[in-house]
Amino acid sequence: MSAVLDVTAWVCLVIGGLLSLSAGVALMRFPDLLSRMHAATKPQVLGLLLVLIGCALRLRDAVDITTLLLVAVFSMATAPVAAHMIGRAAYRAGQARSDLLVVDDLAGADDKR
Amino acid sequence: MTGGRWRDRGIAALGLTVIWVLLWGSFTPLTFVGGLVIAVVVLIVFPLPAVTYSGRIHPLGTLRFAGRFVLDMVVASFQVVALAFRFGHVPRSAIVAVTLRAPSDLGLTMTAEALSLVPGSLIVDVDRRKGVLYVHVLGVESPAEADKFKEDVLELERRIVRAFGSPAERRAIEEVPA
Repeated sequence: MSAVLDVTAWVCLVIGGLLSLSAGVALMRFPDLLSRMHAATKPQVLGLLLVLIGCALRLRDAVDITTLLLVAVFSMATAPVAAHMIGRAAYRAGQARSDLLVVDDLAGADDKR
Repeated sequence: MTGGRWRDRGIAALGLTVIWVLLWGSFTPLTFVGGLVIAVVVLIVFPLPAVTYSGRIHPLGTLRFAGRFVLDMVVASFQVVALAFRFGHVPRSAIVAVTLRAPSDLGLTMTAEALSLVPGSLIVDVDRRKGVLYVHVLGVESPAEADKFKEDVLELERRIVRAFGSPAERRAIEEVPA
């Protein structure tokens, strides 16, 4: 049983780490700020969750697991807000590269406040 | 009205207490009562804005939403990874306006949060009055794909309303064909 948990934890940690690495690669490679925001916030969310699950499986201690749970909940609750604020500010500051956009419904929106 | 307000406050206090107990990592009378006292003090010092929630949670709908959400997140994460490692290819994207059919504050927020957590979509702007989400979608190559994405968002909204929506929201969702 313990061995199964250890192997599962190992798999979770490795995949989580690889996802975080891919987020770093994407951050370097993507062409404009909005695309980079995807990389910065997203594979990292799943990567973080996997790392947390891996840690929980390895630690198997109520005190640690509850803390990990809180980390997961708060990062999932706050990541979208941060991404939205930066994305919105970037778009308004004209940092979105319109040549890369296939469709831009926001360009014609009157309500930019 | 005031009854609902007190119910909301009770739920908020309970939620804060749960967080406190989780932080301590052990459920003892001391952590529970201590958490409750701190929660009440926090709610008195920093009163929350009133959130109108008229729906109720449907277990089956919630389960379906949660399962699909995890699936979407895993699939989309690997799509972004694939894009990141496709060298010599510049990913194009789109900003799509999606008008939600049942735009309550909570429904709008939950849809936006769920969309943001799934890789490949990012909320750029929200029109709260009209219930419009402006979503930046990564890896879109043609307007047809953008339309396809719009339908996916409406599907997501439908799942969220089926999980947490009020009867009025449900009617709005079921009446208008997707």
